[in-house]
Amino acid sequence: MSDDIFQGYKGLALKMLKKYHVRVWGQAVVETTRGPFEGTVLPRAENDDDFHIVMKIITGYNVGVDVNTITSMKETGYKKANYQIPEKEFPITEGLPQVKLFGTGGTIASRLDYRTGAVIPAFSPGELYGAVPELADICNLETEKVFAVFSENMGPKQYVSLAKAIGREIERGVDGIVIGHGTDTLHHTGAALTFMVQNSPIPIVLVGSQRSSDRPSSDAALNLMHAMYTAGHSDIAEVMVCMFGPTSDDYGLLHKGTRVRKMHSSYRSTFRTIGDTPLAMVNRESVTMIKKEYKHRRKDKEVKILPYFNDKVTMLYYYPGMQPDVLDAMVDAGYKGIIIVGTGLGHVNKELYPAIERAHKKGVHMYMTLQTLWGYVHMFVYDTGRDMMAKGIIPAGNMLPETAFIKLGWVLGQTDDAEEVKKLMLTPINDEITPREPYNGYLVYQGGIPEVEDFVKKVRK
Amino acid sequence: MRKIDPNKNYEATKKAIGYIDRKKAQQKDYNRIGFMSGLEVHQQLLTKEKLFCHCPAGKYNHHDDYDAELIRHMRPTLSELGEYDGTALMEFKTRKEIIYRIKNETTCTYEIDDTPPFPINREALEIGLEISLLSRFNIVGEVHIIRKQYLDGSIPAGFQRTAILGVNGEIPLKNKKVGLIQLSIEEDSCREISDIGHTRVYKTDRLGMPLIETVTEPELLNPDEVQEACDYIRFMNRSTGKVATGMGAGRQDVNVSCKGGSRVEIKGVAHTKWIPELTHNEAYRQWSLLRLRDELKSRIDKKNWKMKSEMLNYHDFNFPSIDIKNAKENDFVIMAVNLPYFKKLLSHFTQPGKIFANEIAERLKVIACLELPNMTHSESLNPQIAEDDFENIRKPIGSGKDDAQIVFWGPQDDMKTALETIEERCLMAFDGVPEETRKSFVDGTTIFERVLPGADRMYPDTDSAPIPLANEYIEDLRTRLPSDVIDRYHQLKDWKVPEDTHTYIFKKNLFPLIDRIQKELKIPAQFVGCFLGHKLKFVEGHYQSADYFNNAIIFALFKYLKENKIEIEMAEVMLSTIYSHPKMQFDSVLNTIHYKKISEKDIFDQIPFLKEKFEQIAHHNTSNNMENWVMGQLRKMAMGNLSLEKLRKQISKG
Repeated sequence: MSDDIFQGYKGLALKMLKKYHVRVWGQAVVETTRGPFEGTVLPRAENDDDFHIVMKIITGYNVGVDVNTITSMKETGYKKANYQIPEKEFPITEGLPQVKLFGTGGTIASRLDYRTGAVIPAFSPGELYGAVPELADICNLETEKVFAVFSENMGPKQYVSLAKAIGREIERGVDGIVIGHGTDTLHHTGAALTFMVQNSPIPIVLVGSQRSSDRPSSDAALNLMHAMYTAGHSDIAEVMVCMFGPTSDDYGLLHKGTRVRKMHSSYRSTFRTIGDTPLAMVNRESVTMIKKEYKHRRKDKEVKILPYFNDKVTMLYYYPGMQPDVLDAMVDAGYKGIIIVGTGLGHVNKELYPAIERAHKKGVHMYMTLQTLWGYVHMFVYDTGRDMMAKGIIPAGNMLPETAFIKLGWVLGQTDDAEEVKKLMLTPINDEITPREPYNGYLVYQGGIPEVEDFVKKVRK
Repeated sequence: MRKIDPNKNYEATKKAIGYIDRKKAQQKDYNRIGFMSGLEVHQQLLTKEKLFCHCPAGKYNHHDDYDAELIRHMRPTLSELGEYDGTALMEFKTRKEIIYRIKNETTCTYEIDDTPPFPINREALEIGLEISLLSRFNIVGEVHIIRKQYLDGSIPAGFQRTAILGVNGEIPLKNKKVGLIQLSIEEDSCREISDIGHTRVYKTDRLGMPLIETVTEPELLNPDEVQEACDYIRFMNRSTGKVATGMGAGRQDVNVSCKGGSRVEIKGVAHTKWIPELTHNEAYRQWSLLRLRDELKSRIDKKNWKMKSEMLNYHDFNFPSIDIKNAKENDFVIMAVNLPYFKKLLSHFTQPGKIFANEIAERLKVIACLELPNMTHSESLNPQIAEDDFENIRKPIGSGKDDAQIVFWGPQDDMKTALETIEERCLMAFDGVPEETRKSFVDGTTIFERVLPGADRMYPDTDSAPIPLANEYIEDLRTRLPSDVIDRYHQLKDWKVPEDTHTYIFKKNLFPLIDRIQKELKIPAQFVGCFLGHKLKFVEGHYQSADYFNNAIIFALFKYLKENKIEIEMAEVMLSTIYSHPKMQFDSVLNTIHYKKISEKDIFDQIPFLKEKFEQIAHHNTSNNMENWVMGQLRKMAMGNLSLEKLRKQISKG
């Protein structure tokens, strides 16, 4: 129990608290050589040093007291904080679509974790309704916590259990599915679910937030409303990522799970469709299609769940001067599939050739994708490209590296016959390879240029 | 229904609460109403960069000059202890769309909350710590950055990053010591451009500037004391020479209450000289609301009070008022509300020229977003609805003879919030004084700004690590502090530098300059003090200067005079030219003002001639007149060549 009483404290700080019988959440007067401090002792984050005690003073601020300056301490009271998002029962409205929200962790709703000093997710229809009451005007909501992991801890196991859970819900007859998800690997999950849940009759919407919901300017609430609207009301029966279009609180974009990528470490409008236009724009009242062709909502329940994954798949991000031993090591470690992320049109240096040949001989499936992200792999233009194809590397068209990685894992979960693998890899399930790149599929504006500045000034991006 | 005379009622209630003019008020008057005040003094620090990013600090742009706009809406979140904050919920009710105008040069992705904070600006932290030490604060062992929620949109993140540097400080005033609660370092907020209806526009140039806030205990017991404390803190901040000066660089929030009242915060007072009138009026406003409360409670129990409202039709009444005509043209809904037992309370005095009904109108503007003018009422000082019409309005809302009525207008969508707002404010009248922040005006009155936020809006900044402050570092800073303002004040008195120069000297942090000139150049401090506090102040107010005029030039000037054996009074003649052209060489300045070196003897030789001349032309031939006239003739010639005192002596010697 001592862990609870002295949450997060260790070393000298812990010794000091014990010596003076002061607990975490105890109200204390601390005499120091820098003068007295008075307040509530707060838990300390695990990774912080052990020379300071954190206190919340009466004005609500937190301060740290250096234990080396403490001459005495006295606990005068005790009041433990009870952190709870106010829970209200989610109202059911006749006539509104039934949406299922799966929780996987991430920052859609979150609260403070003293242990790490970071925020941890909190989640239930009641909590969500307490925080975003507007949701009740959009749909009737059910939630289920499938697992609680941070985005970076999502992996094949989670993809498989999510896919199965989605299959069950479609069978039950919900009108749409929303998956709350951390943003870092949202696009990996988007690709995985596209492959694992095929022919869905309803929208499957992945959503996250770039600013945690413990901040007033969070994008969480609006993203959630957009996602709920899409899931409940839109006609698009695909796996989509729904996140901010511009950084302003304005509209969201719906991206295909296979063509989307996180493009900024912290911006709200970080998700972008690469090599194509997004599917649609969404606000709280409507979805406006950008792409004319898409998979429509259906009344049947004929979904195909293909929950396969072989995790002996890896990626090799090429850099100039790369030595063959890197590739050798992957092969020796037993990897069966390697997505190479090459330069330019899909290149690596000649020094890797022997390693590539060796890998190919050992039956390793190798696919070429691009560091440029935009554009197609084109291995006929230069000799090196032809050489590599001869040595067993297969160009993956304009498939994004992350999507290719997920797809290869999914394919190898079903077969290891080279021809079969190739056929599955190169036959698009939902535009992971597109037959053509539209002219407006590649738009990266450069700030500073007059017409771009003019555009930015006018349209609140 | 018996008519009342609102103006008479205003005067009668003003008298009933015992309001007196500030000029006539004495300590006993403030003791009677239990005047109490404390300060939150904000001071921008002089740093190259902002507090949590690398944007330049102190660069401002006009509000039409921007590169991009973006939109945010603010949503209340829980505090660390799991509570929603009152202001947060009010701001949410107002449903504001916040637009930020961004200039690329002064704003990066940090300010708009699209990039996490960079490590705190160490230069700013050090200045903050120096001032904390000067204010005798207990310095914290570790600085913890906290997020303080602001849902008004003044910060795009919805919170301000702020941290305590010290607690329990103290400042000495002339007659007492005043306790300081805490000093925090924080990022400055956006500047508001406009706030109309549901749209508020800000610019982000000032956002993120390093700022410190010194909070005093509520120990100030009359309006002048509040100003004195505020001046002291501002002068102390400036004594470091490391704080920003100029418009908006120093601002204060003034907390005021009266006995039985509540803490009300008057926000963003830019000049300390406005403080006395504002605090005086606020204390009496609270005192009035308490009388109003007692009156109301004697008439009805709060739990039985219920207002009734009804939509009006423009065609049913003859509204001659321009305001109502405009409302009609804007397709606004117009409604009448009956306030039971509020007769003679709507026109109850609150502040000079203001009545209780103003409190309702102001809340309608802020909370329900109804632009002013948004209402009139049965006790308006400038009636807008004829009494006959009021009679017809009263019927459907069931008005009794002790009731009062409000007629208000606005967009349909805002009516629900508006009605709630009116009801809420009236119910608050039963409790006395609502805790709120108020905006100040130059005439000393205030209007409602926001509900007063509490400690519930604090949240640890999960993006920042705590910053330890080692003992050696703090002790080293302590050795580098400037002397105390109170000691400087006593020193000026010892030097016989006149009192009327002190404010200017402290405001401009000129004490170190006086000290240096008297020490290094052996020029009397009294002369330098007057030179700065009278002459420089005058010149500053009357001449344009290129901005590179600075204290070093003044020192150089005295040094030049000393080295060239020119009398120091010459500095006074040269000052305006030097101030206007700070780069001009002193020799050229002397040429410009036609100064010639003349020996003492040559000047004295002119005296007899001038005396004879005076006798020829004088109307009133007294020796005093003669002396003055001769002085006047020779003053210019003597300037710089001999002291005027000596010249006068020579003239009177005959």
